[in-house]
Amino acid sequence: MTSVAQTQASDQIPQGRQIPDRLRTPMQRALASWETLLLVVFALVFCINSFASPYFLDPWNLSDATFNFTEKAMIAFAMALLIISGEIDLSVASIIALASTAMGLAVQMGADTPALVGIGLLTGLLCGAVNGALITGLGLPSIVVTIGTMSLFRGISYIVLGDKAFTGYPDSFSWFGQGYVWWVFSFELVLFCLLAVAFGILLHATAFGRSVYAIGNNDVAALFSGIRVPRIKFGLFLLTGLMSGLAAVCLTSRLGATRPSIASGMELEVVTMVVLGGVNILGGSGSIAGVVIAALVMGLVTFGFGLLNVPGIVMSIFIGILLIAVIALPRLARRFFPRRAAS
Amino acid sequence: MKLFKTLLAATAVAAIAFTAPAHAETKRIALVVKALGIGFFEAAAKGAEEAAKELGDVEIIYTGPTDTTAEGQIEVINALIAQKVDAIAISANDQDALVPALKKAMQRGITVVSWDSGVAPEGRQLHLNPSSNPLIGNMIIKLAADNLPEGGDVAVLSASATATNQNIWIEEMNKVKGNYPGINVVGTVYGDDLADKSYREAQGLMQTYPDLKAIIAPTSVGIVAAAQAVTDAGKVGQVNVTGLGLPSEMAGHIKSGASKSFAIWNPIDLGYAATVLSYNLATGKAEAKPGAQIPMGRMGTLTLDDTNSGAMADPFVYDSSNIDQFKDIF
Repeated sequence: MTSVAQTQASDQIPQGRQIPDRLRTPMQRALASWETLLLVVFALVFCINSFASPYFLDPWNLSDATFNFTEKAMIAFAMALLIISGEIDLSVASIIALASTAMGLAVQMGADTPALVGIGLLTGLLCGAVNGALITGLGLPSIVVTIGTMSLFRGISYIVLGDKAFTGYPDSFSWFGQGYVWWVFSFELVLFCLLAVAFGILLHATAFGRSVYAIGNNDVAALFSGIRVPRIKFGLFLLTGLMSGLAAVCLTSRLGATRPSIASGMELEVVTMVVLGGVNILGGSGSIAGVVIAALVMGLVTFGFGLLNVPGIVMSIFIGILLIAVIALPRLARRFFPRRAAS
Repeated sequence: MKLFKTLLAATAVAAIAFTAPAHAETKRIALVVKALGIGFFEAAAKGAEEAAKELGDVEIIYTGPTDTTAEGQIEVINALIAQKVDAIAISANDQDALVPALKKAMQRGITVVSWDSGVAPEGRQLHLNPSSNPLIGNMIIKLAADNLPEGGDVAVLSASATATNQNIWIEEMNKVKGNYPGINVVGTVYGDDLADKSYREAQGLMQTYPDLKAIIAPTSVGIVAAAQAVTDAGKVGQVNVTGLGLPSEMAGHIKSGASKSFAIWNPIDLGYAATVLSYNLATGKAEAKPGAQIPMGRMGTLTLDDTNSGAMADPFVYDSSNIDQFKDIF
């Protein structure tokens, strides 16, 4: 992209044209960005939904709809950082299952709500540490390790639970997944907003965040620049584990029960959310804002189709098309309007 | 952008099509299944449509997640609550995890009924079981007796010795076997729900009891294996295999005559009854409380027990007259 622009710019010198001192103004860059495109999609989805169903524009209904994405988005924030650094964690849904099982066991032993939350988060952190140690310690590829731990963590849940379920969570525990902070704003929604800001700052305004980008672009160069690559990657796996533990607390609280099949298939939805949010699956670029909008789009599309009683498989098809469209559109635009995109 | 304009137009058209039938008068009953695309549930939806036609002022919303997860069903339930449907009749993927979502539905004035696969009592108003243990126990011996007017020896091929369901059904069968004079239950063997073991056990039965007239297999694995063993032994016509099985798996053995008839629930009746029950509760024509008797159209009345659950009917009998209709369903 940059090279095309440069060759064009250098071609134009003999014709006496002025060389632009900047390839694109900040305004143009903002307009052509992935986030803007997603925002347009979001606005469209919102408008279509409002027209399509009389039940859509209702604060309580919209509040209910947020539960479709809040837990997934919590993990997606950490996953975005991980993918930007060039790694991936496919075991997140299994971490939820294991953390939820650990909390269920604790309930049987009479643990109270704070202890349950602690156990959920700690289990997530431990699972993240296992992933991180295998990947950064032994230098194994993350996709292979986490496919392994995906089966491992959920397998442990199946051994503990079999076809049974843990229930009997204390009433106060249900607040995390079913409680409201103020009016229609659920605890999960507020947590989602706070985490979005926290992760935004972490990725875009700290040295840690810049290192994540550097590692994703070229981890050898990053290492030679004095960035502690293994340590940062290990930290990212810990963070992803912790967020999965947090999602486990919220989901378990919302369901009020633990079964080993809890959250099955969620890892792919999380990765979809991250990629739809404009994070380069090969690492090196992406933003938290994109992930936030992608989460909103996926949540609203699911809810909107649900309101119209469109079968779930159509939703999957739509998300698939959306994913391909959002990735393909900027590329197509560049192919058909090379001047406008470059000048 | 053209894509989105097309989408916009398509969705607008769809919206008109979807929202148009929603009159204030019409009762909207949602039939929520474990997952879409399963023959058994498609058949239940047919039954629900039949009930809707009969009741007149009912619109059926047939819906469910793409895969059998509790989370997927909760998303569906939330969407139904938002639409303010009148009733939700659900076959649950998880009897506990759906309780908070269904409780919320009931708080918003929606009638909640579970059928087929139940929800814990606090998450629904009533549960409709396809049948009950005494009815199943009676049915399996009745099926054997109906084809043996002169009586004779019958044996049971069960699942494992510890299988709760099968043990209860056999116990119930033994309670009522006095009603079928001439039928002599000579023994019970266990095939552990494994095809090869069940096959060998069925062969063993035929060798041990040369006068054996029928094998009762109250398990879908056992009944197929036993029918195969009878066919392979060349005893079609001498030994009748019956019990509980799936029409799709048994169609061949019904045609060959190895099995004259067998039973299992009828999903069409189940969807029909769940819809009529939801309608009666949602319109206030009946109230779900222990001991209540709630009419369910052509399926008679449902009597509720202490946990507000009830049994629909005898298991439905499948034989050569109706197997073709059901073999593609489940």
